[in-house]
Amino acid sequence: MTSRSCAEAVVAPSGSCATMVREWYPRLFRDDPPRAAAAAVLGRRTYELSEFLVRVLGRTDLGARFDAAVAYHPSCHGLRGLGLRDEPLSLLRAVRGLRLVDLPRAEECCGFGGFFAVTFAPVSGAMLASKLDAVEASGADVVTATDASCLMHLAGGLARRGSRVRAVHLAEILAAS
Amino acid sequence: MSTEPAIPVRPLAGARPGDMRARLAQALADPMLQTALGRAIPGFRRMRASAVAEVPEWEVLRRLAAHIKDHTLAVLDRYLEQFEAAVRARGGVVHWAADAAEAQRTIIDLLRALGVHQVVKSKSMVTEEIGLNAALEAAGVRVVETDLGEYVLQLAGEAPSHLIAPMIHKPIEAVSELFAVALGAPRYERAEDLNRVARAALRREFLAADAGITGVNFAVAETGTLVIVENEGNARLVTSCPRVHVAVLGIEKLLPRLADLGVFLRLLARSATGQRASVYVSLLTGPRRSGEADGPDELHVVLVDNGRTRLLADPDLREALRCIRCSACLNVCPVFERAGGHAYGSVYAGPIGAVLTPALWGLRPARELPFASTLCGACGEVCPVSIDLPRLLLELRARVVREGLVGRPDRLFARLWTLVMRSPTRLTLFGALGRALQRLAVSEGRIDRLRGPLAGWTAHRAAPPLAAVPFRVRWRARGGRPGRGRP
Repeated sequence: MTSRSCAEAVVAPSGSCATMVREWYPRLFRDDPPRAAAAAVLGRRTYELSEFLVRVLGRTDLGARFDAAVAYHPSCHGLRGLGLRDEPLSLLRAVRGLRLVDLPRAEECCGFGGFFAVTFAPVSGAMLASKLDAVEASGADVVTATDASCLMHLAGGLARRGSRVRAVHLAEILAAS
Repeated sequence: MSTEPAIPVRPLAGARPGDMRARLAQALADPMLQTALGRAIPGFRRMRASAVAEVPEWEVLRRLAAHIKDHTLAVLDRYLEQFEAAVRARGGVVHWAADAAEAQRTIIDLLRALGVHQVVKSKSMVTEEIGLNAALEAAGVRVVETDLGEYVLQLAGEAPSHLIAPMIHKPIEAVSELFAVALGAPRYERAEDLNRVARAALRREFLAADAGITGVNFAVAETGTLVIVENEGNARLVTSCPRVHVAVLGIEKLLPRLADLGVFLRLLARSATGQRASVYVSLLTGPRRSGEADGPDELHVVLVDNGRTRLLADPDLREALRCIRCSACLNVCPVFERAGGHAYGSVYAGPIGAVLTPALWGLRPARELPFASTLCGACGEVCPVSIDLPRLLLELRARVVREGLVGRPDRLFARLWTLVMRSPTRLTLFGALGRALQRLAVSEGRIDRLRGPLAGWTAHRAAPPLAAVPFRVRWRARGGRPGRGRP
């Protein structure tokens, strides 16, 4: 699993994926000690993007410029799985031209939940509607998050309601100039 | 012991038990339910958050509570025996019930022997679990619930939908209408007036009853003390007016010492209702002693197992037995917030219900419950006894899959996903196929209607088309290599 990899760090554009690798891989292989050990090694050098930038590299200002009002949705697994509260916000605050708007009930799940979005579609849709109502009421031009999957769900909902708000990954904002 | 214990599911009008997805859709389309939940849940969340914020040592208390519960559960047999001896020493009688049927039988036989015809009850989830009211009615015993919410639901012929706010699914307008029809009361609009109607009716019942039946929040092994936490004072009347008190509790309710109680009382009130302390905390040790003015002549304690020792023997799920039934996980859950309790089809709803129901009474009838969650983790964060609810839900999901209990569409989808994701070649081929096929479905840069297992996605949101040029192709074009570092 990891023995062939030469990377010092694995960085995921998703707190959910990072949590899976770091927290759950070792448990998935709990009946297979060599693989569990390899998983633990991999987990220790796997990071979510904002976590890697802020905690490992110690950087918050990447010189980005992004002229928009931005609402930040803290994706659940980054927030509660990895404890990332301030890291994405400190990166966003350092972006020139970016105005961070307050998102009510920000820490509530957007309703994606993987398979849940399909198997329990009506509840997932109702949670999405609450989140998008809050985003639209916040006056944001852009909603951002650290998880590609939540953003796919949010973007799909925004498109469906013909909203002018765009869903953009944190990495895209940090790469903008 | 029977191989497949009966799950205490309450079939609901218009929905078949076992079909949680249908019940959820029904709940979302029920405007009265949505109104009631929308009025109650945000308040619960706000109150809890501000009550917890007042306690700087909250996280320490949570860990301490988990340790105390884990310790108690680890040597539960000893504490149960100690508790039984202590209750006896104070003049009480202890009964043991292995399952719901034995608990019903024990209580009915007991009431018959004591010549009891009329019973008042205070709020108790374990008696819901064992279906006690219906059994008592069938045996000719009149039962009156005295918790306001439970009283309303008994009049309405409905099941509770929340651990501590049993009629959370009912807006006040429905209660007003019910009291008018069932009790001939005026159509009051204010809660105070409705309370007065219930109070007048219930006062007569307290005085007429031969026995009072209660649940128990904590049972202290050291002293044989039963601790009952409430806000209405009805449990005090239930345990002091009638000549007999029957306390029913699950065996996981034990605490070793009276000194442990302080930790749990602080956690319970703040987690449940956001109160610093509940209005009434009763510590009952034995029946009325000579010289005392209040209390029953006889105290009977019924210890109910009903699946708990089986759960205790399951190291991966055992921590669910720490639960003190506070409801914090229900109130914070975005699924419960929209579905209410009845959609779960079990006595226990919400995240803890989705764990306890399959863990106590078997996976098969409850197989949908662990999947009714986004695993957002909010429940685990608020649990006052640090139950790792998301982990337990995942563990149960894994068991449902291992035992082949997932539906065929889900199974096929998972198999296809695995097949494609295990091989880069297959992923490339599948991507090419998708890009060729999606031309039929993409319009204005998005896909608005998918078929088959993914139809649920486009029912509520558009799907993004696959990128015209896959990431791996773009990566290689920039000089990167698969599985290697940056170009």
